[in-house]
Amino acid sequence: MTLESIVLSNLKRRKGRMIFLILGLLLGVATVVTLISLSSALTADVQHKMDNYGANILITPRSDQLSLNYGGIDLGGVSVDSRSLKQADLQKIGTIPDHRNIAAVAPKVLGTVRVGDQRVMLMGVDIDKEFHLKKWWSIEGLPVREEAELVAGRSAAEALGLRVGDTVAVENRTFRVSGLLQKTGSQDDHLLIVSLPVAQDILNKQGTVTLVEVAALCADCPVTDMVDQISAVLPDVDVSAIQQVVKTRMHAFEQFQQFSLAIATVVVLVGALVVFVTMMGAVKERTREIGIFRALGFRRSHIIRLVLLEAALLSVVAGLCGYLSGMGVSRLVLPVLTEGHVALYWDPLLAVAAVALALSVGALASFYPALHASRLDPTEALRAL
Amino acid sequence: MAFIEFSGLTKSYVTDADRVDALRSLSIDVKEGTFLGVMGPSGSGKSTLLSILGGLCRPTAGRISVDGIDLYALGQEQLADFRREYLGFVFQAFNLVPYLTALENVMLPLAVKRIPRREKRDRALHALERVGLQNREGHLPSQLSGGEQERVAIARALVNTPPLILADEPTGSLDSQTSHDIMELFNALNAEGQTIIMVTHNDEIRSYFDRIIRLRDGAVHEDLVGRTRKLAAAG
Repeated sequence: MTLESIVLSNLKRRKGRMIFLILGLLLGVATVVTLISLSSALTADVQHKMDNYGANILITPRSDQLSLNYGGIDLGGVSVDSRSLKQADLQKIGTIPDHRNIAAVAPKVLGTVRVGDQRVMLMGVDIDKEFHLKKWWSIEGLPVREEAELVAGRSAAEALGLRVGDTVAVENRTFRVSGLLQKTGSQDDHLLIVSLPVAQDILNKQGTVTLVEVAALCADCPVTDMVDQISAVLPDVDVSAIQQVVKTRMHAFEQFQQFSLAIATVVVLVGALVVFVTMMGAVKERTREIGIFRALGFRRSHIIRLVLLEAALLSVVAGLCGYLSGMGVSRLVLPVLTEGHVALYWDPLLAVAAVALALSVGALASFYPALHASRLDPTEALRAL
Repeated sequence: MAFIEFSGLTKSYVTDADRVDALRSLSIDVKEGTFLGVMGPSGSGKSTLLSILGGLCRPTAGRISVDGIDLYALGQEQLADFRREYLGFVFQAFNLVPYLTALENVMLPLAVKRIPRREKRDRALHALERVGLQNREGHLPSQLSGGEQERVAIARALVNTPPLILADEPTGSLDSQTSHDIMELFNALNAEGQTIIMVTHNDEIRSYFDRIIRLRDGAVHEDLVGRTRKLAAAG
């Protein structure tokens, strides 16, 4: 017989009250766990998408007057002939300290060409890298596979009346249209895309590129650090991080997290209130019993320990069950939110945190009832004496 | 020096309208090994006296010492320690904890003592054996008769081998045969040297006491010393 065994015997007897208290806390913990696990899974999802989202670093010729527009380059009215990068220099990018985080380096050359009586923008790309990088490109037909093929942007195709399989003369060369880009809503719609060496030939820019898009894995790499590192190896160019998209998405995400936090706080507070009311009720119900304990020589601190021990035990159970329920709910909800490609991560740290949360809320909410119990006057409590 | 000394013990309850004196300047000495009966009509101050002696109710004035300890000079927690080490309580309504078995109820006073589990159990089993309930250890209070519950309560009061047992109307809710069985048990304990103070208004059991104090209006009305069994038999 110890204080612990008294607590256990009491809990065995008052199952109804025990379940009520556990449920109150469990709901709070489950909500917090659901929101946290969902938001971390969604963060991972966003990062995953960012990694697949193409470039996040842009390397352009240094300029103090150009207003760049396509992916940063504006070609309209300004000669780009003098604005180019040496293709050979690009190898230096592979020497930066964080080079392992670079997923792809996609150089391209841009220029205007004449097709029939129209002027069109021609883009030469590293075929493998570009089509890999731009996963959102949806191509009717096939991507460019050889030198005599091109892929036309939707608007360019409409202007030139091109279809898949057509042949078209660009400057003095003939190309077969291997594919058409579905409408992207970006400047890509206005392009004719060919392989890099061919474009360099046509535009007379052998060995140079107009801009380079770099895809850095974003999950744990500090993009700005990589920008600095690339700037260090390529001192004569502009290197900038494309953070717009990331920032917008992250901002929306932060708002979701703040909203989640607010809801979680409210639910936890309600849980605390349930614990408080339940424990107060339990103490009132046990007034006589507490009187007996006091008369038998239990100190006030023993009574406080009895009540807090009971609350702690129930809280740990509620924390564990809350964690499991929260993860269960996340598992059900996550596929709906992410089209089913994000795995839920069973984080032991979150389990520990859930139990710790339940324990602190349970103990804090039970502290006043415990104090109240210890202050009960034993004679009042016993009456008969 | 007497084992228990009350001097000038006064307890007043002040309500909005007036002031009620439950005890008026009571001075009594009790020797070790006494079986004292405190009797008197309702409202005479018997229960208040027992509460004060039990360290449960602070007197308005006066002093009470048990084994040389000035009770109300102690702090709250020390008073709790005093109750645990010096007193065994037997309450009128048994006051067993309903969700604990007979054995666990008896072990309650040991729950907060740092002694090995096995020793706690052995001591409780021994106490149950003394009150003749060795075979009922696993029963809940609701599964025991009134007399058996009273015996569990007595075993609980004994388990700590306290120098003093305080009993409040222990036969109050028992039939006359069971009452006498219980009183025989107390008598046997007293014969072994146990000091017992019992509050009762059951005249049938007065013959068990070797001293009777009758209270009336918070003051000692009569103090009979000596084997009252003989006094009762004499008339």
